Amino acid sequence: MSTRLSKGGRLIDRSASQEFSFNGKKLRGLKGDSLAAALLANDQMLLGRSFKYHRPRGIVAAGPEEPNAIVGLGRDGRFEPNQRVTTTELFDGLEAASQNHWPSLEFDVGVINNSLARFLPGGFYYKTFMWPRAAWKHLFEPIIRRSAGLGKAPTARDADRYEHTYSFCDVLILGGGIAGLQAALVAGASGARVMLLEQAAHWGGRAPVDGDVIEGAPADVWINNAVQTLAALENVTMKLRTMGAGVYDHGYVLAEEKVADTTPGDGRPKKRLWRIRAKQIVTATGAIERPLSFAGNDIPGVMLAGSVREYVVNYAVSPGDRTVVVTNNDDAYRTAIALVQAGLSVPCIIDARSTVTGDLPAKARAMGIRVEAGKAIAKVKGGKRVTGVSLCAQAGQGAVLEEISCDAVAMSGGWSPVVHLWSHCGGKLIWDKTHAHFRPDAARPPTGADGLAMVVPVGNANGMMTAADALVCGAKGGAAAAQAAGFSAEAKAAVADAAPEADMEAVWIMPQGAGDALKAKMWLDYQNDVKVSDVQLAAREGYTSVEHTKRYTTLGMATDQGKLSNINGLAVLADALHEEIPQVGTTTFRPPYAPVTLGALAGESRGDIFQPLRKTPMHAWHEKNHAYFEPVGLWRRPYTFPRPGENHEQAVHREVINTRTNLGLLDASTLGKIVVKGPDAGRFLDMLYTGVMSTLPVGKCRYGLMCNEQGFLSDDGVVARIDEDTWLCHTTSGGADRIHAWMEDWLQCEWWDWQVYTANVTEQLAQVAVVGPNARKVLEKLGGMDVSKETLPFMQWADGTLGGFPARVYRISFSGELSYEVAVPASMGLAFWEALHAAGAEFGAMPYGTEALHIMRAEKGFIMIGDETDGTIIPQDLNLGWAISKKKADYLGKRGQERNYLASPDRWKLAGFETLDGSVIQDGAYIPSAGKNANGQGNTQGRVTSTYHSPTLKKGIAMGLIKGGLDRIGDVVEFTTITGGTVKAKVVDPVFYDKDGEKNNV
Amino acid sequence: MSDAVNARIVSPLGQAAFDGFAKVREVGPLGMISLRAKADVPGLAEAIMAVVGTPVPAVRQIETAGERAAGWMSPDEYLLIMPYGETDAALVKIAAALKGQHHLAVTLSDARAVFRIEGARADQVLAKLSPVDFATMGATELRRTRAAQVAAAFWRDGDGFMLVCFRSVAGYVMGLLSHSAAPGSELD
Amino acid sequence: MLILECPYCGVKAEETELTPGYEAHLKRFGPGASDEEFEAYMFARKNPKGVHFERWRHVYGCGKWFLAARDTNTLEVFGTYPAQSSAPPAALQDKIKAKRPDWKGYK
Repeated sequence: MSTRLSKGGRLIDRSASQEFSFNGKKLRGLKGDSLAAALLANDQMLLGRSFKYHRPRGIVAAGPEEPNAIVGLGRDGRFEPNQRVTTTELFDGLEAASQNHWPSLEFDVGVINNSLARFLPGGFYYKTFMWPRAAWKHLFEPIIRRSAGLGKAPTARDADRYEHTYSFCDVLILGGGIAGLQAALVAGASGARVMLLEQAAHWGGRAPVDGDVIEGAPADVWINNAVQTLAALENVTMKLRTMGAGVYDHGYVLAEEKVADTTPGDGRPKKRLWRIRAKQIVTATGAIERPLSFAGNDIPGVMLAGSVREYVVNYAVSPGDRTVVVTNNDDAYRTAIALVQAGLSVPCIIDARSTVTGDLPAKARAMGIRVEAGKAIAKVKGGKRVTGVSLCAQAGQGAVLEEISCDAVAMSGGWSPVVHLWSHCGGKLIWDKTHAHFRPDAARPPTGADGLAMVVPVGNANGMMTAADALVCGAKGGAAAAQAAGFSAEAKAAVADAAPEADMEAVWIMPQGAGDALKAKMWLDYQNDVKVSDVQLAAREGYTSVEHTKRYTTLGMATDQGKLSNINGLAVLADALHEEIPQVGTTTFRPPYAPVTLGALAGESRGDIFQPLRKTPMHAWHEKNHAYFEPVGLWRRPYTFPRPGENHEQAVHREVINTRTNLGLLDASTLGKIVVKGPDAGRFLDMLYTGVMSTLPVGKCRYGLMCNEQGFLSDDGVVARIDEDTWLCHTTSGGADRIHAWMEDWLQCEWWDWQVYTANVTEQLAQVAVVGPNARKVLEKLGGMDVSKETLPFMQWADGTLGGFPARVYRISFSGELSYEVAVPASMGLAFWEALHAAGAEFGAMPYGTEALHIMRAEKGFIMIGDETDGTIIPQDLNLGWAISKKKADYLGKRGQERNYLASPDRWKLAGFETLDGSVIQDGAYIPSAGKNANGQGNTQGRVTSTYHSPTLKKGIAMGLIKGGLDRIGDVVEFTTITGGTVKAKVVDPVFYDKDGEKNNV
Repeated sequence: MSDAVNARIVSPLGQAAFDGFAKVREVGPLGMISLRAKADVPGLAEAIMAVVGTPVPAVRQIETAGERAAGWMSPDEYLLIMPYGETDAALVKIAAALKGQHHLAVTLSDARAVFRIEGARADQVLAKLSPVDFATMGATELRRTRAAQVAAAFWRDGDGFMLVCFRSVAGYVMGLLSHSAAPGSELD
Repeated sequence: MLILECPYCGVKAEETELTPGYEAHLKRFGPGASDEEFEAYMFARKNPKGVHFERWRHVYGCGKWFLAARDTNTLEVFGTYPAQSSAPPAALQDKIKAKRPDWKGYK
């Protein structure tokens, strides 16, 4: 069993007991424990079930590489699925629950997949896609969907808060082990701005666990000194619990900081995403131990040797009373030695190498530990827990020599540098035969904006596997990074005692000649249940690329992203393909290094500040008056102002009728307003608009269309001539920023010698459309300026005051009614709006929203950008030829409109439509025509673009595009309905209401 | 403008405030004029001096004189800051100084919301929102950038910063600043 | 995520402060242009693996358009310069030529 030892544990505080629960069971751990350590201390080895076969799974590792021990943490608004117990710090009140099992962890029905394993081989998912089709839909998909998926997605709203922060430095060091600390000491001494990040809750990494001696003292002493030295430097920032997640272009790095994981609800952000720009990045990310592939290597109790050592040394937790160590290298002997020193039993060290002569083995032997050279594990025995191993010769096929009883197995297949962050942005790897691992190729680094190397790998992460080498490498790397960032630095390294290690020997399967039965029980990917036999099958089926094999078998595609399995998997693949490992290569390393919480990526973008909502100065009034809002770009505009008992449609119809008979008030503040001024402003606007603006007299307004260079209609609005060299251009509500940018683009990049300035004054002004037969009366009541027909006729503007408010009044109409648009400074917008309502009460003033606006413009046959246009419509399609100058030699879009297919008489053109039965044509309806096209689809001859019930005319009205356009007036056509039927409609003039403009001409 | 109307001038958020590890206050409205003119236009220095009493600001700098200031916004744009009620008179002065020269001057006081972020850690509030290196940002630098998803400009002011954004997103920016200044979320 | 220095205000802007404007140094063809010329202006865009000239706007900063020369493969930035340039500055072209001897020129 696994248990807490009575002595030792460098990270735990035995005086601080902490209560937590696992699957509802109350357990106790110690302050400083990882959740994994605390669970092991309570003999909780079984923690979950694998993805496909639902086999029992226990803790394998002690860090972020853990593939098995993933749990759900917390509850309700703080529930998080798929959390690794190895990277979770214990705190009082922590709640954890296992996942991927039903009905219980101990008894799981899904384990039946395990006995069906031979029917679920590698490529199972792909094969079910292929054959037969019906089987996928009715048989495989339901089964896979029920059994697939690990943790459950949270259903409650996340109770925590998150944030981003930006940071800048000269040298960013990722990893606070001894190599990272050494690099930071050197770079820090150079005066460079240094940032040092460590994913764990403590500094120093594995050196103290390995018993390294630095500068003649235990590693802990040097580590503490280094941390104190660095903390005293103002130019050095240090962050624990902060994981470098990804390295991106030009020195951009994302890191996730755990701020309040162990103090839920204390008000601090749970996580913080650091968005760092570094001139140079030092990756001191260490190395990850590889499992060995022997039968039953997935049974709970089989762990990585280095991790076993870590639990013993750091947490005083023994994974087992009797631990068999199995290895192909000297390092694992440290585990055996540590276990024996802790008073535990190591019945045997099984070493695949035929001769074992190094210092560490000598020490182990001297301690009386049995060492079996040239041996292997034929098979691990046990179900939910290891009960023993069968010993065999590594060279053979697995004939059992001896059964050894044990309750834990510590395995080591060698160490792989964590090259992920080096590789994210293009750093290349070389195969190191001595250590049988890939390490960074210094000759092919990731490069930055200057084309030079921007990442420096150090320590284990650079394949420097001893403490002595790691420190030297760390110092050199720290100095190189500081120098590259423009500082002078000296690569002075601390000296570690170098304990010589004999060469390891690559062992990819154990025993070497294992047959099919054994290989089908050798796990490569524990979480996704990919075995040696699956990879070999993929190779036989023609998957020769490592990227294809990965996807076919799902090797390395679990939440651990193959941190343990990739190298073993590709070695098996290389062997099956009879190729060398470097020829097969690795899969691509992509960020994040380990999973990053979605909340951290979202940062502050949640709730009220998920997205900037633009509000007019009258927004609060609209809210108070029960407006129903609709999004227009990022603006929120009132769609309608329903009264008690009204639905939206009734409210809209009331607003239309009231505006046409009394007085309607519209908040038009969102309308774009751009001032264009300069000696060349007229010439510029003549290029921008299809019509002529340079000839517009001062004091007058003119409707204009803007097209893109392809000739397609892009925006429309009324232009006012303010003075000799100043115009004010109104744009659509959604178009203000786009059109302002469009203007600046042409002025800066094409006609930069033209003297024109623009200013976007949209938000400086609140604008109100005062509309209806009583519009003039209310303005006259406010008083201050002459708004009579004579002084201020249609399509003119005037400055003055209204009710004491400084105002610019435009006599323009988008409804066909007598209408004024009044602009006042935004800070007075609300007061002016309220003054209009107060003064207008006796004239029947009511606010109206965008839907009433849309209906009224449709009743008048006015087009709306985005309804009648969709980016493929030229003004000519909309019968707007009158707004296009025939005389101008050029305007933006002119050449585009001359393309022959745009000039074709076959183009669909705008017309009005009225259904014969008065009903409303459905949005999106098409007008079918006879025959079928080349693809066998029914032909069409037109479509609806705007369709409403007109409360004024008490029937359905619509505008649409139809082949032949206005020439078709009088024809009866059919529009499709969503249920597959059709509705008959007559083609009519699109001006449905007040054709002669009498309402406005008052 | 009558006093009755002046009394109805409101800042976008009605002087909203938030106290976190730094204080966030909506201030203003401030008088603001956008002056577009090239740096070598005759009369520019006189116009700026006449209106705010400062020299023409150098690239990315803001020149301050009491409650008035001139900021460099782009190679042909300056932000002139003054008491709210002075913009009309200032436009007259600018027109006089730049008579006959190509320029554009418009009042944008109401198009903007203005915030002060105060306290020793004010920079941390902004560092959470803007990709700006505050360690290298000058004492009189005017930095135009984004705050999360919207455009913003800020500069150092006493023990904190002044921040200007568009009026329509004042509520969003107040939300950002409050979130970033939340007690306990200090970066050090 | 790229960093490009705005040649107007000197800010080393990160990509989120910029908006891309695609290929630089296009010649506009308007009325009177042939179909081929117009098609080339409107639609035919270079997509090289290597040296490329692009338009960028410092949209969250000074609002100015500028041009950038960079390697689309390595993301090395050779330089930025004002949009009011009919051709890349000679010094920049020399620098690129020195770094990428096989480069055929910006046209």
